[in-house]
Amino acid sequence: MKKVFALGLAAAMAVSMTACGGSSSEETTAAAGAGDTEAAADAGEAAGDAEGGEAADGAAFKIGAMGPSTGSAAVYGIAVQNGAQIAIDEINAAGGINGYQIEYQFQDDENDSEKALNAYNALKDWGMQILVGTTTSTPCIEIAGQTSADGIFQITPSGSAVECTAQPNVFRVCFSDPAQGAASAQYIGEHGLASKVAVIYDSSSVYSSGIYEQFAAEAANQGIEIVAAEAFTADSATDFNTQLQKAKDNGAELVFLPIYYTEASLILSQADAMGFAPQFFGCDGMDGILQVENFDTSLAEGLMLLTPFAADATDDMTVNFVTQYQDKFGETPIQFAADAYDAVYAVKAAAEAGNVTPDMATEDICNALVEAMPTISIDALTSIVGEQMTWTAEGEPNKAPKAVMIQDGAYTAMD
Amino acid sequence: MSFISYLVNGISLGSVYALIALGYTMVYGIAKMLNFAHGDIIMVGGYTVFIACSTAGLPPVVGVLLAVIVCTVLGVTVEFVAYRPLRGASPLAVLITAIGVSYFLQNMALLLFGANTKSFTSVVSIPSLQLADGQLNISGETMVTVAACIIIMIGLLAFINRTKAGQAMLAVSEDRDAAILMGVNVNGTIALTFAIGSALAAVAGVLLCSAYPSLTPYTGAMPGIKAFVAAVFGGIGSIPGAFIGGILLGIIESLSKAYISSQLSDAIVFSVLIIVLLVRPTGIMGRKISEKV
Repeated sequence: MKKVFALGLAAAMAVSMTACGGSSSEETTAAAGAGDTEAAADAGEAAGDAEGGEAADGAAFKIGAMGPSTGSAAVYGIAVQNGAQIAIDEINAAGGINGYQIEYQFQDDENDSEKALNAYNALKDWGMQILVGTTTSTPCIEIAGQTSADGIFQITPSGSAVECTAQPNVFRVCFSDPAQGAASAQYIGEHGLASKVAVIYDSSSVYSSGIYEQFAAEAANQGIEIVAAEAFTADSATDFNTQLQKAKDNGAELVFLPIYYTEASLILSQADAMGFAPQFFGCDGMDGILQVENFDTSLAEGLMLLTPFAADATDDMTVNFVTQYQDKFGETPIQFAADAYDAVYAVKAAAEAGNVTPDMATEDICNALVEAMPTISIDALTSIVGEQMTWTAEGEPNKAPKAVMIQDGAYTAMD
Repeated sequence: MSFISYLVNGISLGSVYALIALGYTMVYGIAKMLNFAHGDIIMVGGYTVFIACSTAGLPPVVGVLLAVIVCTVLGVTVEFVAYRPLRGASPLAVLITAIGVSYFLQNMALLLFGANTKSFTSVVSIPSLQLADGQLNISGETMVTVAACIIIMIGLLAFINRTKAGQAMLAVSEDRDAAILMGVNVNGTIALTFAIGSALAAVAGVLLCSAYPSLTPYTGAMPGIKAFVAAVFGGIGSIPGAFIGGILLGIIESLSKAYISSQLSDAIVFSVLIIVLLVRPTGIMGRKISEKV
């Protein structure tokens, strides 16, 4: 009896507490909201009058970013975190977006859908208005559903799976997987690199199998024969001798590797040990292979890859970015950092085109940005030098992939 | 000819599994606990050699010795801090603790060394063996790993059966309480078991990273689990069983990749495991145990 009583009391307390919590928080947000609008209206006027400068009352854009900064994909998340940081610091130093400074917060999603949801909620509680994320495809698909429901503008630097941009409010900076697969097959076909091709791909990754499927479809059009299509999974990603042996036995002249550089570095060293030296060809996931600590870069000699960003390019924009990145973070940036940098600048361009101010409701910001995105064109780290990057209304970027070959331990641009 | 090269691939992969499985099976056989952190001690061994040889530029032999020392100290410390207080607890609690230690080590490594992949320089300087006009290639790492497996296996069997400390281990494994009554220092014996198991993990780590030269904080996790499967396959607790289980697992994996499907190879490996366990519940070399009720 006592127990039932206690339970009842507890339940009653819980209910009353949530009730209180609910109403009081509503009040505060309402109050804050009203305050914000007034203040921001002032700020808007001030900005209009005195062309930007400091927003009078500290109103600022709240841009959130997400990605794995721990776990096995941490390299990518950290790159996105740092790349976005550099862009935001630059923009803030130059007077902000439409005269408003940017506040920035990054949350770790460990490349896991559930953790991504926690990270996303943390950002929402913080008051995020625009999301630069997520970094990897699998969580991105999950979070895209959330931002779509919540009316938050989302631009993913590097979520390349097709489904990432299925929602109208989601845009991306990188190529989609099918675009990369098809572009690779076209490049190989048009340049006559090989007629017999083997593919080694990760069947446990959306990224890798997505590229492979489109590559196989396009290869048929290009007259490329796929003599071996070998898979591995995340659980068996150490030994590739058998896959390489099959490629070798079937007479492959080129081995297509639509995978991440960690596995690729193993494949290259195992192929070398067995005396198998075809042309190797990779996609943007191969980017980073030269940064693998202690990796014998002579193994990657002659490796070709399609990538939108090469850290040793000599144009001013890249040099500036790479120098800043190295000064701040002590590393050479990879493509993911460049993608995040471009993503922030895309947000800036769209916000300026759509006259977006931080005091607008999040949903209005989202609508204005979505409308503005197809109209903007920006100079981007990840587009070809001299060509501007634009977006389609579906959220896909328009840019041509660059092919580079590794020569003397550095990227050399191909035509 | 290609069949033989697939077979060689299988043996070279299997020898790495076998080497890890030896440590697993030894700790299980004596302490009667699954040390899921074994794979991560392997990773620590890999990083020790990497830092000693590639960063500090010490000769490989010194690096390997350092790794053995670091891993032994680590293994004994883990045993003392995490497992000893749970000596009387249920096996499930110990198992969960072991998984916790495994995550702890992975995240410590992530914190200390970062998530970036490091490329490991092989410590084996024996050139690979080319047979049949270069069609068949047996790498130096494979030969060293197989040799190390056999030497360690014989050494362990001799140690357990011929030395006083080894006999104490057997006694502890047979019946811990009776061993205490006979004056065996159970805690000391189990600590020694962990010391030896971790030293083996260091050797396994060095050879794993030499054969597959990519080092991340998660390097040990999957091979550790595969090696656990190999140990169960061969009969957990049995030292020759771990060797045979490891080699067989590698060969099955390689041949199913080559002739059936590279996508299904893991599914096939685990199906074989299930079938073996259905026919022989204690594994290939396992002793028949009559369950006490």
